[in-house]
Amino acid sequence: MSEHKDIAISVKGINKSFKLPHERQNSLKSRLINFHKRSYNIQHALQDISFEIEKGEFFGIVGRNGSGKSTLLKLLAGIYTQDSGTIEVDGKLTPFIELGVGFNPELSGRDNVYLNGALLGFNRTEMNEMYSDIVEFAELDKFMDQKLKNYSSGMQVRLAFSIAIRASTDILVLDEVLAVGDEAFQRKCYDYFNKLKEEKKTVVLVSHDMSAVRRFCTRVAVVDRSEVKFIGDTDAAADIYRNLNLESTEDASKKTNKRRSLKTQNVSEGCKILGLRTIDEKSRKEKALFAPNEKLIIETSLKVAKDIEEVKLSISFNNPGGVALTALNKVIDEKSAGGSIAGKTIKIEWVVDGVFNDGKYLVTASASNVESGRDYSRSINGTEFNIVGWKDTDFILHTDYEVKIITD
Amino acid sequence: MNTYLSKRNRALLSELVRTDFKLRYQGSALGYAWSVLKPLLMFVILYVVFVYFLRIGKDVEHFPVYLLLGIVMWNFFTEMTIQSLSSILNRGDLIRKIKIPRWTIVFSSSISAVINLALSLVVVGIFMIINGVELTPYALLFPLNIFMLYILALGVSYFLAAAFVKFRDLNYIWDVVLQAGFYVTPIIYPITMVPSVTIQQVLLLNPIAMAIQDARFNLVTQTTVTTESLLSFAWTIIPIVITIGIFILGITYFKSQSSSFAENI
Repeated sequence: MSEHKDIAISVKGINKSFKLPHERQNSLKSRLINFHKRSYNIQHALQDISFEIEKGEFFGIVGRNGSGKSTLLKLLAGIYTQDSGTIEVDGKLTPFIELGVGFNPELSGRDNVYLNGALLGFNRTEMNEMYSDIVEFAELDKFMDQKLKNYSSGMQVRLAFSIAIRASTDILVLDEVLAVGDEAFQRKCYDYFNKLKEEKKTVVLVSHDMSAVRRFCTRVAVVDRSEVKFIGDTDAAADIYRNLNLESTEDASKKTNKRRSLKTQNVSEGCKILGLRTIDEKSRKEKALFAPNEKLIIETSLKVAKDIEEVKLSISFNNPGGVALTALNKVIDEKSAGGSIAGKTIKIEWVVDGVFNDGKYLVTASASNVESGRDYSRSINGTEFNIVGWKDTDFILHTDYEVKIITD
Repeated sequence: MNTYLSKRNRALLSELVRTDFKLRYQGSALGYAWSVLKPLLMFVILYVVFVYFLRIGKDVEHFPVYLLLGIVMWNFFTEMTIQSLSSILNRGDLIRKIKIPRWTIVFSSSISAVINLALSLVVVGIFMIINGVELTPYALLFPLNIFMLYILALGVSYFLAAAFVKFRDLNYIWDVVLQAGFYVTPIIYPITMVPSVTIQQVLLLNPIAMAIQDARFNLVTQTTVTTESLLSFAWTIIPIVITIGIFILGITYFKSQSSSFAENI
């Protein structure tokens, strides 16, 4: 009994899936015609989720887009109903998935406050008590009898936020969208979070941004691919979440690289660039994510025509902003290749020091005639790679250097 | 029942109804007066057409009031069901972002309709006085007629509101059904104008027809035909059973669907 008392939210083995029809059949006609052909994709948004949140805890739920965290939030808020499993809530729970839900532009500020309050579960007497506080906090005293449509967007947010602050109950479920807005508003939000923390309210904060979660949450659940990957202290969760993000960054880059590799332009007869990619030093497999100081290996492959004996190959690096960072050149001929290259397919590996700072970089390769400088073939921004892990990320490059200090 | 009408839900309902009314005549010069003007103007049109041009209802006592009462009750039914039909979908933003009991949304639009009905009945009352209609003790039964119509409309409303989330053609279909209903129900013509007595009897098994004819009997003139007078007291069971059946069906269907509204909207 006493053990149970401290639990604010208990989630046991919940599953939630969505039926996604292949073709939307919202009209009766298509329903009738395709009655037997209805087909669905079942999307498992959440699978076997269990956790408990204690009273007075500031609990974080992080996950990338599409991980299922928003579904979890809506289940906790009682907006969705789970397919199986139980969610027990001890106390009055108020969800803030969005500020100012139900705000109507045609109503006055005052009417909107009462309407919003009622939607959050407060009756008129309760709202009467809160009303002056809300108006004062929002600094909108003069505007309360004007229609909401005449408010600036900033004023609307201020009003909505003031209601949210006043209307707090035992348990709050907050979505990250609360903290969007200008810096001053963000600070106000964070002050509010701090206040909640001091008041020992039970708060569930759902976000994809680890920094906010790190700042306030005492315990964090990491949701990924419909499952809870980890529950525990914030630092460990941050590490796990970071790794998940890295994986996805690399996956995304690999995917775009696949598309890009098809875009080689063969300008004139002589040489064709067949491939351009960054690879792992040991496994020789494609790699799109490198650690600080790790050597970059860029592999190009080239098909040389029968009558060509020498070709100049260039590699250049851009950042996504289009700034050209550096270029590498090499003339490939009988001498440098250790034999005639005419009619052969050759691979050229470039090993580059890891001087790049955190971020995404694009690689362009071109093969050209040594004498005329005319391009045979080029692959513009043919591949991309990411660098992650530097501590100081203000500049583009990390140059190796030595320092000598000379005193008289 | 206690949880249904908890303090919280009552506050929510009153706020939803209030909003509904504030928004309804937003920006119009005459505002709430339209609630009264609308049935009045429609009455004027129908009265001119049917009493002066077509010369229907000569043999009905207090025909203008008789006609008005029928129109007001029918309007109540159509207005309530049409408003409710789209109520869940129109409040999609709420349903997807906040936890409120879904039934309150349909219920609040039904209350709005009832309030409008009350305003329209004031007009009916005024015309009764002008026409010199004498009230009889039967008038005490009139609220029962309204209640029956309300229960029927509520059942239909819950069913339509839930079904519309999934079947988006329903509003067009419902428009046609209401059009047909307007002529199937003896609203603008006295039921006695229908040539076959059998057809008259069948038409009076329609719960709306029964409610309207009974209301006319109770309030306006005891010479009018009712389900009871044309068939028998026992036959009135059928419209009542239909009403209760539709009510239960509507509520049950709504309940079974309501948990998935947020996903389907």
